[in-house]
Amino acid sequence: MDINKIRAKTAVVGLAETGCGLAPGWNAMELMATAVYDALDDAGLSIKEVDGLFAATAFHSMAAMSLSEYLGIRPKFADGSNIGGSSFLAHILTAAMALDAGLINVAVVAYGSNQRSAGGFKTISEAMPFEAQYDPRMPVSAYALAAKRYMYEFNASREHLAQVAIAAREWALLNPRAYMHGKGPLTTEEILSARPIVDPLGKLDCCLVTDGAAAIVMTRSDKAKDTKNTPIYLLGAAMEHHHRMISEMPNFTSTSAKDSGKRAFEMAGYKCSDMDTVQLYDAFTINPILFLEDLGFCKKGEGKDLINEIIPGGSLPVNTNGGGLSCVHPGMYGLFVTLEALRQLRNSAGDNVGDRKDGGWIENAKISLAHGNGGVLSSQVTNIWGLEETI
Amino acid sequence: MPEILKDTIGPQKQFHEFLAKGEFKIQRSKVTGEYFFHPRVAFPGTGDRDLEWVEVSGNGVVHSTSCNRRLPEKGGDFNLSIIELDEGPKMMSTVVGIEPDKVEVGDKVKARIVELKGECNIIFDLIKD
Repeated sequence: MDINKIRAKTAVVGLAETGCGLAPGWNAMELMATAVYDALDDAGLSIKEVDGLFAATAFHSMAAMSLSEYLGIRPKFADGSNIGGSSFLAHILTAAMALDAGLINVAVVAYGSNQRSAGGFKTISEAMPFEAQYDPRMPVSAYALAAKRYMYEFNASREHLAQVAIAAREWALLNPRAYMHGKGPLTTEEILSARPIVDPLGKLDCCLVTDGAAAIVMTRSDKAKDTKNTPIYLLGAAMEHHHRMISEMPNFTSTSAKDSGKRAFEMAGYKCSDMDTVQLYDAFTINPILFLEDLGFCKKGEGKDLINEIIPGGSLPVNTNGGGLSCVHPGMYGLFVTLEALRQLRNSAGDNVGDRKDGGWIENAKISLAHGNGGVLSSQVTNIWGLEETI
Repeated sequence: MPEILKDTIGPQKQFHEFLAKGEFKIQRSKVTGEYFFHPRVAFPGTGDRDLEWVEVSGNGVVHSTSCNRRLPEKGGDFNLSIIELDEGPKMMSTVVGIEPDKVEVGDKVKARIVELKGECNIIFDLIKD
C-alpha cells in the first residue's frame, strides 16, 4: 500500500467565507451557496466546471444533494457524510482521492449555518441510547466529563483551561474579522467567574455560537498551477474514529487524533516541528490541550502548560484566527480551521487574503496543520497543507 | 415467506427487561469472560457472538463527573457521571444523595434501579466511608 499516492496530487485554488458572525435574514443554504460562488470567484472558475460536491450542515439531512440542486449542477461524485464538525476535513480527503482517480476535475467543499440568528445551537443528532435518560446537555456535558478526567489525571486546574481561551482571544484581537475582535483581552478571573454551564466548563470555556458559511475549491495539482492564486497543496490527510457517545470513549484523555495525526504526518513526510501554523478545532478549552498532546506537539499531560507557546509571538502559532472560542463557530467549525490554515500560507506567499494587525500573519509560513474534531471527541481528521516548495 | 423475528428481543430491550425484574445484568463473552457495556448483539471489536448475561455487583467508581447547571424551575442542577463498574465497563449515569457538584473522581458508588423516562434504569448512590 502506497500511502503517498495522493500526497500533493491536489490543491486548494479558491476559498471564501461569508456571514461569519451574524446574518439575520439569511438561511443556511443561501449562506452556503454564497460562499461557494465567492470561493469560485476567488479561484477564477465557473460553477459550470464543478463536478464534485462535498457538504454537510446541521440543517440538511442530505446536504450535498440539497446544495447541488440549489446550485443547479449535476455532480459526478458527491459526498454528504456527516461525522460532525470534522466532516469537511474528511471530505477533503475523499475529494483528493476522487480528483486523483480522475472521477472529477473540480471539487467544492462547503458548509453553511445561520444558527445564531435562527435561535441558537443547532443539531440534528438523535438522542443517544444508554445516555439520554440522564439528560446530558450535549455536546458540552461530554467535553466537561473529558475535562474533569484530564484535570484529575494530570493535576490540571480550571486556570490551565482558561489559558486556552486567553490565547484564542489574543489572536482574535489581531484579526479584524474575528467575532470578538473588538472585545478586548480576556483574564483568568473573567473566565473562572463566567456563568457555569457544565462544571468544570463555564461560558467562556465554550465556543461562540455564530452564523457563518465557508467553501473551498480543489483541483488536481497540474491544473492548480494555471489558476490566479497561490495553490496550497494537500500534503497529508488521515482520519480515525472510535466512539459516538462519550460513555464509550476508551480513554477520556486520549483521542483518535493520535492516529489521524501520525498517518497524516507520515503521508506528508513532515513532523510536528515542521509545522509553521497549527489550527485546532477548539469547541471547548480542553480540545487544543488534548490535540496538542495527541498530535505529538508535547507529551501527554503537558498540553496544559503551553500558554506561552500558543499566544501571539509564541513559538507555536495555534488558532491564529482566534479559533472557535473567539473568531467564529457556526456549529460545525471544521472548514474554518481549514480556511485559516490555507490563508496563513497564501498570505505568506503574497496573496491578499485580508488584513491582520501586526503579528496576526505568520511570516514565512510554508506548512500548516488543520485538525478537525467531530461528535464528542469522536471523529478526528488531520490535514497538512503546504506551499509548492514543500512538495 | 418473509422472516419475522418473533419471540425474541434485542439486547437493549433485554437490558431494560432485566432491570424491570430487579436484575442489573450486562453481557460478557463466554470465551474470554470479558464484560462490555452498552448491550450489543456481539462483542465490540471482535464480533464474538457467544455471549451471556451476568448479574453484576453494582459496585463502581466515579471515573469522571460533572455538575450540569439547570434553572431551578426546570429541575435545578444535577450530577452527570461516568461510572467504571467493578466488572470493567464504563457507563453514563448520575450519582445521587449528595450535592451534584460534590461528587469526586474516585468516589465509590453502588447501583440502584429506578424508573427514569418511563423505563427502569441505573443510578448510583455514594458509598459512605
